[in-house]
Amino acid sequence: MSESDGINRRQFVTVVVAAVGTIMAAFIGLPAISYLISPATKVQEKDEWIPLGPLENYPLGTPTLFTFTRTTVNGWEKTANSYGVYVMRYTEEQYKVFSNMCTHLSCRVNWKEDLSEYICPCHDGHFDIDGQVVAGPPPRPLDEYETKLEDGVLYIHYVGA
Amino acid sequence: MSNQVFKWVDDRLGLSGIYNVVLDRKVPKVNWWYTLGSASLFLFFLQAVTGIFLAVYYVPSTKDAYNSIQYIMNDVAFGWLIRGIHHWGASLMVLFVFLHMLRTFFYATYKFPREITWLTGVILLLTTLGMGFTGYLLPWNQRSYWATVVGTEIAGTVPLVGDFILRVLRGGSDLSGVTLARFFAVHIWFLPAIIVALIGVHVYLVIRIGITAVPKDGD
Repeated sequence: MSESDGINRRQFVTVVVAAVGTIMAAFIGLPAISYLISPATKVQEKDEWIPLGPLENYPLGTPTLFTFTRTTVNGWEKTANSYGVYVMRYTEEQYKVFSNMCTHLSCRVNWKEDLSEYICPCHDGHFDIDGQVVAGPPPRPLDEYETKLEDGVLYIHYVGA
Repeated sequence: MSNQVFKWVDDRLGLSGIYNVVLDRKVPKVNWWYTLGSASLFLFFLQAVTGIFLAVYYVPSTKDAYNSIQYIMNDVAFGWLIRGIHHWGASLMVLFVFLHMLRTFFYATYKFPREITWLTGVILLLTTLGMGFTGYLLPWNQRSYWATVVGTEIAGTVPLVGDFILRVLRGGSDLSGVTLARFFAVHIWFLPAIIVALIGVHVYLVIRIGITAVPKDGD
């Protein structure tokens, strides 16, 4: 073996072992990683209009809770999730629908009639009757749903992740 | 640079000492039958790693066991591969450990000073079979269910204490979620702990005493 080739036997073996080792590690490592993160890569699209019943059933001036359940498939099981929305009718025609999910860390807020505020029990977030933050850690107002009326029935546009 | 880093680490961990003792041993000229121990060790390592990965999704309950394995096989990326390796590796490990025992027996290499290597090896063979027996139930399908009914029933034929052994194995008089849970615990905790400890002793003795030469005519 001549040294003048610029690379000797020992260096050649080192390089080849490193290269082959890297390829083998990738062959084993990449499937292992995709195995572990596999469930996270399956996102279920949710996009539907959910009927909340006739608008006239909701009282004027007081936020009223409406709950519904939707299921998603996680692994080999169905997971049922409960959702709550507050329907707020200002006048006969004017209304808003708020999610009861606190914008801080997703606990559920409750309407407190005596305070005229939504209160989150987890970290004492307060929202006023229009969903605006009054006190506490929430970074933004309560989320509002897109709504529509069809034959007097109120619908909300539910888009989940 | 990398040499300096290695020297710094080596001065503190003594890696080259481990290398010299463990890998740079003097060995006699032997044949391919002498590779079965290393092959068994590698298969155990493979079973341990794939088993740890399977535990990410497998749930040992009568309600979930079968479905979680269907999920691994059909929905999880490369789940079929991980379980396939664990499945075939299990059979291969029983085979290799058994052949390793035969090699030791026919070359009569269990004699002084290697009796303890042989004795730990005997227990290692039995625990390997135990891994096969307990692992077989975990898919909780018809085959594994009835295999375990039969297997525990055989254990129940032992005179006097047979019925007691059967109830200990099953965790009651019937095969149930209790059986599945204890087989799972034995499969992933008890037996692996015993196997790791015994492999430690076994390999330590191989390194300490060295391996035998192939016996010649007249030995």
